[in-house]
Amino acid sequence: MFGLGKRDLTLFLIVAVMALFAPFILNPFPTDSGMAQFNAGYPDLMQRFVIFGILAIGFNILFGLTGYLSFGHAAFLGVGSYAAVWMFKLLSMNVIPAILLSMIVSGLFAVVIGYVSLRRSGIYFSILTLAFAQMSYNLAYSVLTPITNGETGLQITLDDPRILGVSATADGGIPVTNLFGLEMRSFETLNIGPWAFQFSVGYYVAAVIMLISFYIAIRIFRSPFGMMLRAIKSNQNRLYYTGLNARPYTLAAFVISGMYAGLAGGLLACMDPLAGAERMQWTASGEVVLMTILGGAGTLIGPVLGAGFIKYFENIFSKINDQVVHGWVSFLPDGLEDLVVALIHPFVGKGWHLTLGLMFMLIVIFLPGGLVEGGQRISRRLRRKPAEDDAKSASTEPAE
Amino acid sequence: MGILEVKDVNKRFGGLKALSEVNLSVVENTVHAIIGPNGAGKSTLLNCLVGKLIPDTGSVMFDGQSVLGRKPFEINQMGISRVFQTPEIFGDLTVMENMMIPLFAKRDGVFRLHAIESVESESELRGRAEQMLEDVNMLDKRHMHSASMSRGDKRRLEMAMCLVQEPRLLLLDEPTAGMARADTNNTIDLLKQIKASRDITMCIIEHDMHVVFSLADRITVLAQGTPLVEDVPEKIKGHPKVQEAYLGEHA
Repeated sequence: MFGLGKRDLTLFLIVAVMALFAPFILNPFPTDSGMAQFNAGYPDLMQRFVIFGILAIGFNILFGLTGYLSFGHAAFLGVGSYAAVWMFKLLSMNVIPAILLSMIVSGLFAVVIGYVSLRRSGIYFSILTLAFAQMSYNLAYSVLTPITNGETGLQITLDDPRILGVSATADGGIPVTNLFGLEMRSFETLNIGPWAFQFSVGYYVAAVIMLISFYIAIRIFRSPFGMMLRAIKSNQNRLYYTGLNARPYTLAAFVISGMYAGLAGGLLACMDPLAGAERMQWTASGEVVLMTILGGAGTLIGPVLGAGFIKYFENIFSKINDQVVHGWVSFLPDGLEDLVVALIHPFVGKGWHLTLGLMFMLIVIFLPGGLVEGGQRISRRLRRKPAEDDAKSASTEPAE
Repeated sequence: MGILEVKDVNKRFGGLKALSEVNLSVVENTVHAIIGPNGAGKSTLLNCLVGKLIPDTGSVMFDGQSVLGRKPFEINQMGISRVFQTPEIFGDLTVMENMMIPLFAKRDGVFRLHAIESVESESELRGRAEQMLEDVNMLDKRHMHSASMSRGDKRRLEMAMCLVQEPRLLLLDEPTAGMARADTNNTIDLLKQIKASRDITMCIIEHDMHVVFSLADRITVLAQGTPLVEDVPEKIKGHPKVQEAYLGEHA
C-alpha cells in the first residue's frame, strides 16, 4: 500500500497514529496533579516536536544516507523563516504560499552552498557548511538588515501591503496566520475528568506536513536514489569506477535536505510569524546534528525520536527548579533534603544542558545506533526470553 | 587494430620517469597480461587507462575514441570496468544492492534522480543481478552484508559487479594478490569460465607467473617504465631479456 513495503507501512502507520493522537499521548497526567509539569501535550511544544522532526528527517537524508555531515543546516531553517514572513508581509496570511516560498528559497540557497561545499568531503565539507551558515547569520545582522530587520527580527506589522489579504483586521489588529481561514493559533480544549486535552489547528497542520515529509523520506530511502546515496557513504571510489558521478547525487541530497529545513523554518514562522537571525546560529545547526545522532542516524524513525527527545528536555526538564525538587524529596530530614537538592541542582532547571550532554555521551558510547538501537536491543531481548531456541534464527535476519 | 591502443605514453612524477614511450595494443577478445617487477610502472599504466592519471604525452584510444581527459565514471560508461587489487565493494550494502548499483549505472547513465521509484520493483534488473550471481556461485549469499564476507567472496562479488555491466574491456589489477594457492586457482577458474562464456577482452596486471601463464593469450613485459617484449606466453617463458629483467630477479 502507498508503494511501501510491509515493515515501512507499519512504521508509517505507527507514526501517523502517534502524531494524530499526540495531544492524548503527551498528556498522561491530570492537569491538577503534581506531575502535570511533565505533560508535553500543549500546542506550542507539540508543534515544535513535529517541526524539528521535519528538520531532522531532512538532515538525515543527507547525513544518514551519504555521511556528509552538514554543520550549517540552521541557515536553511532561518532562510525558510524569513521567506515565510516576507510572504505574510507581502502576499497574504495564508500559510500555503509562505511554506512554498520558504521551500523554494531554501532550495535555491542549498544549490549555491552545496555546489561549493560538496567539492570537499569529510571535515572540510562540515567546515565549509559551517562557514556559510555563520556568514548568513552575520550578514542577517549587518548588511542584509533591509531584508532581515537585523537584531529586532522580521515581524509582520499593520502597514504591510498583503496584496491578497488585509493589512489590518476590522478591529485594527494584526491579522493572524491561517489556512484558508482556519487560524493557526486557535485550539479546542477537551475536558475529560481531571484531564484537559488541547487540539490546535497549528499542530495538526504541522503534523500532516510532517507525515507527508516522513512518507517522502521513506520513499527516498527505498529508492534507487537512496541506494546510490548509501553507496556514496560506503565507497565513493567504487562508485566512480562503476560509471556514476557522486557529485550530482550528493548535491541532490543536499538540496532535498535543505528544502526540508526550509520547510521546517517556514512552519516555525507559520506558527509564530517572526523570524530572527538567532535561528541560524551554529548552536542551532549543532542541535540538528545532536537530534539525528541521538535518535539514530541513517534510520527512518530515529531523527524524529531524537528531535522529540531534545525538545522535551529543552522545554520540560528546564522547568524543574529547586522548589520542585524540594517538593519531591520533602519526606527526607531537612539536612539530607538540602543535600539531595544541592546534588540534583546542577542537572535540572538551567542545568538541563548538563543532563542532555551526559545522556548524549552515554548514548553515543553505549548505543552508537542511537535510541533506535536501544529499542532494537530491548525488543530483541524481550523476544529472546520466551523462546530461547528462536534466538539463532532471529539474529540471522538482515539488519535494518 | 586493437580495441585498446596505447601510443607513446610518457608519465613523469617529479624526477621519476614512471612510463617512457609505452606502446601497447590489446586485441579484442583476448586476455592480455602485463607483467614486470615492482616499480616497473604497471599500476601507473593501468591508472592512465582508467582516467585516474593523465599521461604527460601520448594517446590512449579505446575502440577508436580517446580516453584521455575523461573522468573514471565516463570511461566506465564507455565500456571499461576495473577490478582493484584489494576488492572495492560497497561494504555497507547487501550483495544484491552491490549488484543493483552497476546495473542502474549501466541503464541510467552517470546520474538520474529516481527518488520515488522503488528498488524492489525493478524486477528486470533484479533478474539480471541474480543471474550474474548464479554465474559466480553467490546467489545464496545475496542477502548478506557484503563487508562480512571472506576476501575471496568479495573478489567474486567485485568481478560480478564489473561483469554485470557487460563491459567490452575488463581491467584486472593483480586479482590474486595476497591470496592462498587454492583461492588463486579458484580465481583462475572463474576468469577462464568468464572468458569462455562471453565476448570480453581482459587486461590483467599480475605478479604471479602461474596466473599469467594459465590465462594470458599475449604478454607484455614492462621494466623500468618501458615495454621490453610483447609475445605469446610460450615465447616469453624462455626469452633471455625477460629472464634477466624479471624472472632472474626471483631466482
